[in-house]
Amino acid sequence: MVIFRLVLKNTFRHKLRSLLTILGVSIAVLSFGFMRTIVDAWYAGVEMSAANRMITRHSVSFIFTLPLSYRDQILNVPGVDDVSFANWFGGIYGDPNKWENFFPRMAIDPETYFDLFPEFILPPDQFEAFKKERNACVIGAKLANEHGFKIGDVIPMEGDIYPGSWEFVVRGIYHGRDKTIDETQMLFHWAYLDESVRAVQPSRAGNIGWYILKVKNVNQMPQVAQRVDELFKNSRAGTTTETEKEFQQSFVSMSSAIITSLEVISFVIVGIILLVLANTIVMSARERMREYAVLKTIGFSGRRIGSLIGGESLLIAVVGSALGIAMTFPVCKAFADAFPTFFPIFNVSALTISICILVALGSSFIAAVFPAMKAMRMRIADGLRAIG
Amino acid sequence: MIDVSNVSKSYFRDSLEIPVLRNISLSIPAGEFVALMGPSGSGKSTLLNLIAGIDKVDSGSIVVNKTDIGKLNETDLARWRSQSVGFVFQFYNLLPVLTAYENVELPLLLTRLNKKDRKSHVESALSLVGLGDRMDHYPKQLSGGQEQRVAIARAIVTDPTLLVADEPTGDLDKTSAEEILTLLERLNKEFGKTIVMVTHDPRAAEKAHMIRHLDKGELS
Repeated sequence: MVIFRLVLKNTFRHKLRSLLTILGVSIAVLSFGFMRTIVDAWYAGVEMSAANRMITRHSVSFIFTLPLSYRDQILNVPGVDDVSFANWFGGIYGDPNKWENFFPRMAIDPETYFDLFPEFILPPDQFEAFKKERNACVIGAKLANEHGFKIGDVIPMEGDIYPGSWEFVVRGIYHGRDKTIDETQMLFHWAYLDESVRAVQPSRAGNIGWYILKVKNVNQMPQVAQRVDELFKNSRAGTTTETEKEFQQSFVSMSSAIITSLEVISFVIVGIILLVLANTIVMSARERMREYAVLKTIGFSGRRIGSLIGGESLLIAVVGSALGIAMTFPVCKAFADAFPTFFPIFNVSALTISICILVALGSSFIAAVFPAMKAMRMRIADGLRAIG
Repeated sequence: MIDVSNVSKSYFRDSLEIPVLRNISLSIPAGEFVALMGPSGSGKSTLLNLIAGIDKVDSGSIVVNKTDIGKLNETDLARWRSQSVGFVFQFYNLLPVLTAYENVELPLLLTRLNKKDRKSHVESALSLVGLGDRMDHYPKQLSGGQEQRVAIARAIVTDPTLLVADEPTGDLDKTSAEEILTLLERLNKEFGKTIVMVTHDPRAAEKAHMIRHLDKGELS
């Protein structure tokens, strides 16, 4: 207990220095946690992928469409349980320079899509209303909150990939099954898109963006992929079938330079934590060499002296990281509230917190190693001559 | 009790060897009060450090209470110091963040005594040095003489047989120095502590029963 009191009192002997160090560690931990959360947000689509879903897209790129006629053939492939499809719409809503006006808009098959995405929870009456109306749409709860959309509201949009003026009536607002589900999407009838396209650009009609396959047995995914792609090998639009996770991963890969930069920055922050802490511990230990020599003189072993230094480092790291972690939650929440559609999923994960704790503990250990070793190896006679 | 035989000790400054003690032999019986005197750089403090086991001899041996301390490893030596030797320094060397009570309690943390027993020991030691009413005071709240008395309480709290004191009055005024010397004298006479004291002060040396002079690393 006295040893702990000694650690505690030593830690706050120079109050300003210790408080600044704790503040430095907490801000570094906050920055690290925030960076990791951004990286996690980038991978959120990958993480929310279902294990039993696959995507069949054009073999060249998903921006090229596939004929709707493939659907029935895919459905007959052994191992495929169900098939739906979606089509990226794009479009311009409001002022295109405002980032909040960009959100995912996709044309889907209302009859099958929600069966394959049970994580989107839509009240039955809203689902029925959505199915009945040609230009109805369903939007995520976060998107509705961000723009104040209500049931019955009309969302006007200018087409870009699909030219023309479009109007969508909100007939449903879905919620995610849990907080990892994207609630910023807008989904509407593919038939509405197709009939409009058929009227102005008949050659583009009857095509969809990608198929979503539900497989019976996840262990047979490679075989299912092979069978599907084999089926259209000599067609005008060849296919590539992959797991939903791989499909989402390909989007993340497009931003790999940004993600790598964020990861590098987050590890630079780890280095900053280490330097801030090490600087304080080295200074403190140097000032107390004489005291450590006295303690050694009265019989304290080198290991106990080392534990005093390590304890001080640990205490600063624990208090600093606890503060940093405590600040990470409100900061990330504020960011998520301010930019709800920028990163659809922006949650501080348990893994991020665990890494923050490990980083802080690891830094406290490394910061204390060299001064502790020096104090442990110090000759008492030299220590007693030291000027603190 | 203390048998110093043919001890030599040198220090190195860069590659230059500086001999400090040359073939010193000294015998101090149990219960003796010895003063080591000599000019600065004569090797007094080095000899004291060697006797107290906080430095190692280059050659020769030091046997204290039948323990050849040169043969102990660092861990055993630390344990031996905690049980057998009490230290009094010129500049007291109290930990400024701990109260008088906590400073005196420090050596007892290395023993198996429980909190209650530690309290009893600490209170006895502080009462013995006349600071029973200053237990909760921090070093900065005490005078130099009081600080040194706390340091003596810390030195005797584990009831060691040997007390080593390096210029214990060197930083004190005349009155305080006299009080400290009286206290050391009492510890020697009433409690049978063997005391080895390094001093420049002839008045301090007068309290000792035996005075040995060191000059240029040799005893005279």
